[in-house]
Amino acid sequence: MNLSNLSVGLSTYLLVGAMLFCLGLYGVFAKRNIIAILMSIELMLNAVNINFVAFNRFIWNQKIDVHYILTGHVAALFVIVVAAAEVAVGLALVITIYRNRQSTNVDEFNWLKW
Amino acid sequence: MGTVVFFIFAIMAIAAAWGVVTSKNIVHSALFLVLSFSGVAVLYVLMNADFLAAVQILIYTGAVAIMIIFAVMLTLRGEISESNPENHHWGWGALVAVLVFIMMALVILANPDWRILATPWTSGGSAEDLSLLLLTKFMIPFEVAAVLLTIALAGAVVLAKGVKESK
Repeated sequence: MNLSNLSVGLSTYLLVGAMLFCLGLYGVFAKRNIIAILMSIELMLNAVNINFVAFNRFIWNQKIDVHYILTGHVAALFVIVVAAAEVAVGLALVITIYRNRQSTNVDEFNWLKW
Repeated sequence: MGTVVFFIFAIMAIAAAWGVVTSKNIVHSALFLVLSFSGVAVLYVLMNADFLAAVQILIYTGAVAIMIIFAVMLTLRGEISESNPENHHWGWGALVAVLVFIMMALVILANPDWRILATPWTSGGSAEDLSLLLLTKFMIPFEVAAVLLTIALAGAVVLAKGVKESK
């Protein structure tokens, strides 16, 4: 752990990603409003994207075929696609549940419990 | 220069994420979310991922944030200043999140392979370079993603519109 040189290396980006991920994790566990939980999931997906792009940026090798060198960016793009689909379906579900139950509180979503 | 920009925007992204999960007002949470996404977009620019930064701003700070704000608007009831409360298990959530962060930080800081600085980047990252990859090596996943987006669009419309009651 050499903190004397403050240049930004791979581990700095990974730490930023880890911090964002854990804040999102806390939000998923602690929040009561289902829209806040969806926001926290988006934060976690963003943290994963930071990791993909950081590994692609720092661990690369000029000897690799130039067409395959952006694989991390492609993985991040697919994560963004899935996140967009997830938030669309998730918010539609939220609106449907709200219409039936007049609530967005996940503590009240217990009608599968008997 | 790059270091200063990195720390400004990394701290902005993390502070905004903190605001998302601690704000009592869900509209403030949504606005903090936009700030966090923008900070992450700047980090992408610093990592030479120009196209991804543009996509991040277009999709996350544009589309996703607007959709979340619309959902907030459609489901808001009661006092807005207490629209985003914690549940009673938030202490356990904080404990788990802190433990997971400590574990990940230990792994990251203990791995000597990851203690590296950036070498000069010559491989692009523009839409052209990415499309070369997307239409050759990753063509099947690309098509599957297109199908997934179409199905998600249709499913979201069907779910949100509701089914007609047959009486």
